[in-house]
Amino acid sequence: MAELVVSGLRAAVGGNEILRGVDLTVRSGEVHAVMGPNGSGKSTLAHVIMGRPGYEVLGGTVTLDGNDILALEPWQRAAAGLFSAMQYPTEVPGVALDDVLEEALAAVGRGGDDVQARMRVEAERIGFDERFLHRPLNVDLSGGEKKRNETLQLGVLRPSIAILDEIDSGLDIDALRKVARRVEAETEERGLGVLAITHYRRLLTELRADVVHVLSRGRIVATGGPELAEELEATGYAGFAEDEAEGQLDVMPGLRESFEG
Amino acid sequence: MDELRGPTWLQRRRTRAFERFSTTPLPTVEEEVWRYSRIPELDLGAYRPDVGAAFGDAVPEGLKPVLDTLEERAALVVVHNGSVVHVDVDPSAASAGLEVGRLAELDPEGAALGSVSGGEANGAFSLLHEAFVADPVLVRVRPGLVVDAPVVVLHWTDGSGLATFPHLVVQAGDDSEVVVYDHSGSTDVDALVLPVVELAAGPASRLRYVNAQLLGQRVWQLGRQLSRGERDARLSTSMVALGGGYARLEVESTLAGRGASGEMLAVYFGEGNQMHDFRTLQDHVGPKTMSDLLFKGAVQGRSRSVYTGLIHIGKQAAGVDAFQTNRNIKLSDGAWAESVPNLEIENNDVRCSHASAVGPVDEDQRYYLESRGVPPARAERLIVLGFFEDVLERLPVPAAVPPLRSEITAKLDRRDDPVAP
Repeated sequence: MAELVVSGLRAAVGGNEILRGVDLTVRSGEVHAVMGPNGSGKSTLAHVIMGRPGYEVLGGTVTLDGNDILALEPWQRAAAGLFSAMQYPTEVPGVALDDVLEEALAAVGRGGDDVQARMRVEAERIGFDERFLHRPLNVDLSGGEKKRNETLQLGVLRPSIAILDEIDSGLDIDALRKVARRVEAETEERGLGVLAITHYRRLLTELRADVVHVLSRGRIVATGGPELAEELEATGYAGFAEDEAEGQLDVMPGLRESFEG
Repeated sequence: MDELRGPTWLQRRRTRAFERFSTTPLPTVEEEVWRYSRIPELDLGAYRPDVGAAFGDAVPEGLKPVLDTLEERAALVVVHNGSVVHVDVDPSAASAGLEVGRLAELDPEGAALGSVSGGEANGAFSLLHEAFVADPVLVRVRPGLVVDAPVVVLHWTDGSGLATFPHLVVQAGDDSEVVVYDHSGSTDVDALVLPVVELAAGPASRLRYVNAQLLGQRVWQLGRQLSRGERDARLSTSMVALGGGYARLEVESTLAGRGASGEMLAVYFGEGNQMHDFRTLQDHVGPKTMSDLLFKGAVQGRSRSVYTGLIHIGKQAAGVDAFQTNRNIKLSDGAWAESVPNLEIENNDVRCSHASAVGPVDEDQRYYLESRGVPPARAERLIVLGFFEDVLERLPVPAAVPPLRSEITAKLDRRDDPVAP
């Protein structure tokens, strides 16, 4: 039984406070959806939990099974059982997926796993072309292929809690169904806990959310069951926003990446 | 001088060069092409030329592992301390028109020597090379012949205090195709190597050349590589420089004929107190010529590297594409890398780009791997190997790549070793 507890989390990027006190708890087998307008801090939440450089924690705590996650390096957070599927997976020229997964598993004493076999099984389950398995990570992959690649890694690494940052963006309807079903199966078979950041309810028709949170201006302003996602689709975020100004801060890391890349 | 063998023309040429060398000052770092170099440290008096230094026809022990990885080859030449000690050409390739061996035997008039570098040598080190070049090697491919397996040329230096002057000329006839693998290695000696390579790609030929430089870390190299592509020729030169103390290579590619193209690739990786120094020229003379340069380097420990490159577009060179990319990863605080790209354009009908970068391992890439659970040191190692893989996988002699990759890996494993001051 794993438990990710985010409590009073405040964080800034470039001196701007983006998260202004976030509280939520994800347990094994649960699917939590985080929805909210652009700039509300959804991606920042994912980055801060995983430990991406450039994000400054101003206050609050994040624990996994009672252990302080924020004190750990990103790879140690992964080794502790966290996985973050990125909204914009980074291209790593010359580095093959299988080498990365082998290194990652070796670091947690699972070097004996048959990575090749597991990758093939996972690729088959989500319709990921096998020829990508030995190719440089994310290089020349389409947006949808990158998301399938993230899902495949989740399947091989078997985390206890997964944060999915817009795993649905870039996926066509068939691919979305396969990816969502794959994650759903992990929750049922292995008790994976999921924090799924999304704009769209369509992800949640296959990956059934137990809890839906609405994030607005760095705070969770509403929490409910699956019906909350339906309500959001019908009415938009207007009813939940405190005084929403269309912010761009949340997409800045992505923009920054493309400038630096 | 008198002890150097060879035909009369070669001896006369040496004497002339030596006389000119005697009155030519050594370059200084005041000259742009020698800026950042370690040339002030060079003590020529510490070396003696390789006159009669080789003996017998045995392949040096240190080259045997290289030979084992290159079992498929059209020809083999072994040059030991500057002298050819072994020549072996596959009989079927030989009868089809591949000539490989001592230049002095294959080319009695000596027309091939200097056929790319042109005319009389200039500059102190070119003159010095010409004065002492002992036993040049010639690879000549008959027009129309496609040589299936690589021609392998192995250079070995094992004399302490020796200066050697290897010279390789490759001539690819019209519409011919050949791959030449040139390996240079040494024992751990104080030696000076002044190699010159001339690559002449005839009309519509495909000439690919790979140089693996694995000299010992006390050996100095002052090398030149000159290539020339005629009409529609496709030239490719690749360098993998892992050895040497101060290892300098001037790489000049002249795209002379209409439609000629030149690819220039390099991987270099310094550790300890090594320094790699590359000076490149992409010289577009003919119209519709294309050049594409990708040089990737890394420095760790207290090593240094220099890349300076010039793209020159001549007046007649209309419709040219020229690209130049140099990327460097700096793996320690004590290491240093310099990258200076330059353009000189005399014809505006060109598509030209250059990019250069020196920096640590990309933070986003490292974070991506770390977020999968790969510890930082392992992540950086994968990224550096991947950075080089990009070039290694393009080398035209795949069989030679695994040992080079292992050498790079071994260097990365020594990343945290202390460096002697």
